[in-house]
Amino acid sequence: MVDTRWETKTARTLVLDVPEWPGHLPGQHVDIRLTAEDGYSAQRSYSIASAWPSDGGGTVELTVQRLEDGEVSPYLTDVVEKGDQLELRGPVGGWFVWREKQPAPVLLVAGGSGVVPLMAMIRARGLARGRQPFRLIYSVRTPEDACYADELRRRVRDDPGLDVHFVYTRKAPDGWPAPPKRIDVAVLNTHGWPPDFQPDCFVCGPTSFVETAADILVALGHDAKKIRTERFGGA
Amino acid sequence: MELDGNALAGDLREVFAGDLTAAVFTCAGCGHAGAVATLRVFQPAPGLVGRCPSCEDVVLRLVRTPDRVFLCLSGATRLELSLDGE
Repeated sequence: MVDTRWETKTARTLVLDVPEWPGHLPGQHVDIRLTAEDGYSAQRSYSIASAWPSDGGGTVELTVQRLEDGEVSPYLTDVVEKGDQLELRGPVGGWFVWREKQPAPVLLVAGGSGVVPLMAMIRARGLARGRQPFRLIYSVRTPEDACYADELRRRVRDDPGLDVHFVYTRKAPDGWPAPPKRIDVAVLNTHGWPPDFQPDCFVCGPTSFVETAADILVALGHDAKKIRTERFGGA
Repeated sequence: MELDGNALAGDLREVFAGDLTAAVFTCAGCGHAGAVATLRVFQPAPGLVGRCPSCEDVVLRLVRTPDRVFLCLSGATRLELSLDGE
């Protein structure tokens, strides 16, 4: 681990320098294995947050959300330090990925730390100067729980092809036009793409969030085959 | 805790030459076909169990020991894989 930074009070990005890293696609993840001195080991999957440049030379960044009852995540957020070594396998996964050559508009729907692989897609589009328009709908409890908030603001400002809409479930910022609420038909209808545009949809978050969002997208007329989902537990 | 077949990618990659999460399984129980990534996976368990998102029958079981891996696919009548790696 070569660097680290906090994204929120409970989510920390680990910047890794992995020898002989082959590069990765946005949406792929790594498996991290922790092994105790007595041989007990625990393995978890973490999505990669960074995009890999086509000419190489990027970094592998993971953003880990601390789960209070977690077995692995508190170690990664609070114990490992710069210079430490981690046992890692990857990159893996080939279904929940976005490829630059996919021409369709993209709708990203994130619940909490489900934003991580979707952020990798936004960053990959930025690196490749992709022309596909992207929309991100990002559900968080409070404004303080939003990862990458400054970067998203900057990217939206500089890039007319990217829109971001936040959904606040517990506490909205002052002056926000709507009371806190969960993701619903109105949000996905207003801030997503019309089904006629045949967008590629990526939904990532806790199971109940993913099922709700995917069901709404299908009900709105999106082709189920164009909706890719990833449920995370990640303790 | 509930995950999905995306989380099986690493363990399956050790058995198969390519990524298996994008492969399409056909459930032996109900005939539903879908990407391995969409299987329902529950943790913690002694091994990884992937259930059909349609009927919840067990499609795939994977158990690792320190030096072996056991993969049972009796819940799938077929697996369809792309040859171009995507």
